[in-house]
Amino acid sequence: MSGYAFAVGACLVLVVFLVVLLRTRRLREKYAVTWIVVGVGVAVLGAFPGAVEGLARLVGVQTPSNLIFALALIVLLLVCIQLSAEITTLEEETRTLVEEVALLRLDVERALPLPTPPASPVEVEQIPPTGGEEIVE
Amino acid sequence: MIIPAFNEEEALPGVLDEIHATLPDADVLVVNDGSTDRTSRVARRDGTMVLDLALNLGVGGAMRAGYRFAEREGYDLAVQVDADGQHDPADVPRVVAELAAQDADLVIGARFAGRGTYAVRGPRRWAMGVLSAVLSRIARTRLSDTTSGLRASNRRAIKLFAAEYPSEYLGDTVESLVIACRAGLRVRQVGVVMRPRAGGAPSQSPLRAAVFLGRALMAMLIALSRPMTRTGGRR
Repeated sequence: MSGYAFAVGACLVLVVFLVVLLRTRRLREKYAVTWIVVGVGVAVLGAFPGAVEGLARLVGVQTPSNLIFALALIVLLLVCIQLSAEITTLEEETRTLVEEVALLRLDVERALPLPTPPASPVEVEQIPPTGGEEIVE
Repeated sequence: MIIPAFNEEEALPGVLDEIHATLPDADVLVVNDGSTDRTSRVARRDGTMVLDLALNLGVGGAMRAGYRFAEREGYDLAVQVDADGQHDPADVPRVVAELAAQDADLVIGARFAGRGTYAVRGPRRWAMGVLSAVLSRIARTRLSDTTSGLRASNRRAIKLFAAEYPSEYLGDTVESLVIACRAGLRVRQVGVVMRPRAGGAPSQSPLRAAVFLGRALMAMLIALSRPMTRTGGRR
């Protein structure tokens, strides 16, 4: 089996795997598109190795395989940056939700008649029954 | 009065006692920033309201939650105080009075502005000097203590901070000042007395001074270059 066939086969497996993930809704379409494009692109280059050599001559890279490595690095870098950006968005959303939940809890506590329920389930476990006296000291 | 607190069970009761003694009319809100100790429990007394954040968001996150509360409840005045007892509640009326006296939207209780003997030395002092020099230019007024956690806000500043209070490192102090200036708020300062911490460990070590300055300048540069619309209506 030649290396090219191996590359085409690996890319086909990758694309199938992505489609499976998409079908089971474990991957959102906006992230899958990048990978499918990359997979199909590599498969095409594997099927037509001449294209890489032509491309390498065009941009002035002497060894065609180095062009592939460089492109792969750039693509991976961009994906990493995109993921960082997505995480930032998620953190901001989490932050807003945490704030909203806390504000809601305060609203509920003030609306309920006294005595208010203990602070949080976690704290109830940590504090022994005599906890109230210790605090005063 | 907003007090962000993260694991401050030692210092918080004393701070609350003092506030109740000196400012009996103030509504006190403790924002418990996901503490793992009994901060929330010790804060719940004498009508103190406690905002329990389920996760640790950092001072910036806690403060935005506090300002959101102030905005929704329609407060015209919010004072933010550190939970470690460094600020004297007796200074609060002077800081608040300065809002009206200088027609300011945000007044900072500054440590190096004439009053008190609080001093820092070495690289950290230089770092704070550089920061205050740059921020003073941005605010077009003298700001000697840019990292102070004692500040009073009027309704305009509350609205701004309820929407934008960065949770980044130092975002609670340096960057929020930049945001306030760029939104067109009038920032002023007044000298306050600073005391040693009542309990707990300080959150900075001398070794980190250089890193502190680097990150602060970075945060400031990015905050300055960030696209931003002028919010807050009048002026």
